[in-house]
Amino acid sequence: MRTRTWLVLVACLAIAAVAGVALGSVPVALADIWRALAGQGTGDALARTIVLDLRLPRVALGALVGAGLGMSGAALQGTLRNGLAEPYLLGVSGGAAVGAVLVVVVLGASGGTVPAAAFAGALVAVVTVLAVARAAGGRGDPRLLLMAGVVVGAFANAAIMIALANAPANTVRGATWWMMGSLADADWTQVGWLAAYVATGGAALVAMARQVDILALGAEAAASLGVEPDAASRRIFLAASLTCAATVAAAGLVGFVGLVVPHLARGAGGRGHRTVIVASALVGATLVIAADLGARVVLRPVELPLGAVTALVGVPFFLARLRRLA
Amino acid sequence: MIAFEGVRIAWAGAGRDAVRDVSFEARRGAMTAIAGPNGAGKSTLVRALLGRAALAAGRILVDGADRVALDAPAVARRVAVVTQREEPAFPLAVREYVALGRFPHQTLWRRDVGADARAVAAAIDRAGIGDLVERRTDTLSGGEWQRVRVARALAQEADALVLDEPTAFLDIAHEMALFELLHAIAAGGQAVLLVSHQLNLVARFADHLVLLHEGLVAAAGDPGMVMDAGTLERVYGWPVVVTRDPAVGAPTLVPLRGGRRSAT
Repeated sequence: MRTRTWLVLVACLAIAAVAGVALGSVPVALADIWRALAGQGTGDALARTIVLDLRLPRVALGALVGAGLGMSGAALQGTLRNGLAEPYLLGVSGGAAVGAVLVVVVLGASGGTVPAAAFAGALVAVVTVLAVARAAGGRGDPRLLLMAGVVVGAFANAAIMIALANAPANTVRGATWWMMGSLADADWTQVGWLAAYVATGGAALVAMARQVDILALGAEAAASLGVEPDAASRRIFLAASLTCAATVAAAGLVGFVGLVVPHLARGAGGRGHRTVIVASALVGATLVIAADLGARVVLRPVELPLGAVTALVGVPFFLARLRRLA
Repeated sequence: MIAFEGVRIAWAGAGRDAVRDVSFEARRGAMTAIAGPNGAGKSTLVRALLGRAALAAGRILVDGADRVALDAPAVARRVAVVTQREEPAFPLAVREYVALGRFPHQTLWRRDVGADARAVAAAIDRAGIGDLVERRTDTLSGGEWQRVRVARALAQEADALVLDEPTAFLDIAHEMALFELLHAIAAGGQAVLLVSHQLNLVARFADHLVLLHEGLVAAAGDPGMVMDAGTLERVYGWPVVVTRDPAVGAPTLVPLRGGRRSAT
């Protein structure tokens, strides 16, 4: 990919981030943002609180969620040789949600243990989806894998509803909001641990990017290049699930980002998966910040669920890809 | 270099073994060809070499070591394989694709950038695809794609090169050029193992011909000896004559008209 394209991607992310901090139910002037960031106490105290305690962590969390989902989707698409693969449609996000809801509702856990539980749930979902697809006739048909993913996702939904049936009312309201995807509860602690998870998972995915390239050639070609297809796929699923699960623990179910973003990254000129994965992190961050901004301002002061906004963007895209496949 | 010893492979649910009692060696400095009708087990041997088909009996030696005792990158550093078909799910630039041939030589932390660049440049030059390097893999014709895949295998710098039907999509000039290239590679000391339906070309280029029939070795040895009309008629189930090509003197197979394919 050309240097100019990288600069454009970074510029888009920067513009989205500034807009995400400046716009909302109370607009903040750029000068006030600057004063808050520079730590000068001369500005408006309210603007300072909005910027540092509300908007900035929210934008940072959105960037991490988008980066994680984008990288995870790019790696899954290459490894599964399937342009329709993404964590949400494959049921990985649903499995992560089950893990997270169980520890929150049953054990009352919070903070950094939630992503660990989400990771466990995501792994169970990945293994189940692949086993179902294989039992139904192999991984060859991309539609089969998606069907397995949708079924596992539906099962995960049912499991969450059962877990919530006995939960106190305020937990249910919080959990429902979270299942629709939301950055509303963003704070710096959350940003901190999500950054750690996404950096770990993302670094692993970038390190394995060449193996993704080789797996995308097919199992026999992979074997001829010294890559054991099953073992390599498992390692990549592990890293992709970790990355995706952490975003679910932080922001709930944000669908279709992992689907749309890698295609945009390829459209921008990304070929090898090292480029595609890194570009997907930038594009994903931009997309989620923009979607969250849309969710906050479109029906202001009512806030829309983030997952609903990304689905509005993602579903037409998915249908167009499906048409091309058929 | 690559030795099959008493290899038997059975597919689950299949009536007969895919291959049975197959023994032969692809030596360094020689071109060895495997021929035989569809379903004779040629590609199954290649898959077994890749570790994609389990052996029910026998073993495959790579450079004297049992293949199953070597890890996947170690095999790939010794044996480069161009499989029959390969469809990348997402396009790559041709140069990037050829560079994937260097993967078995790299680890996460260590790679010799200079050696990689030299190997890729040499492979591109040898396969004659210098004019294609800036293209995307999904824009290549069947023949171009085949040559690009050969270049990737050359970039692996393995001691053995294995190709399954490499000339299936090539026109006469590119087919001859590829056979000449394989001949030169073998003459340079590497082992070349080739699965091919092109018996007449194989007779001119190969040093050793293994003829498979229903999973068994029907004949093996010097192509001039294996290209026997009686043997070929029995194996292919079609009337043939074997003559000498008047121009080059090589044994030449001519299938006769009016035969009838026996149902198998």
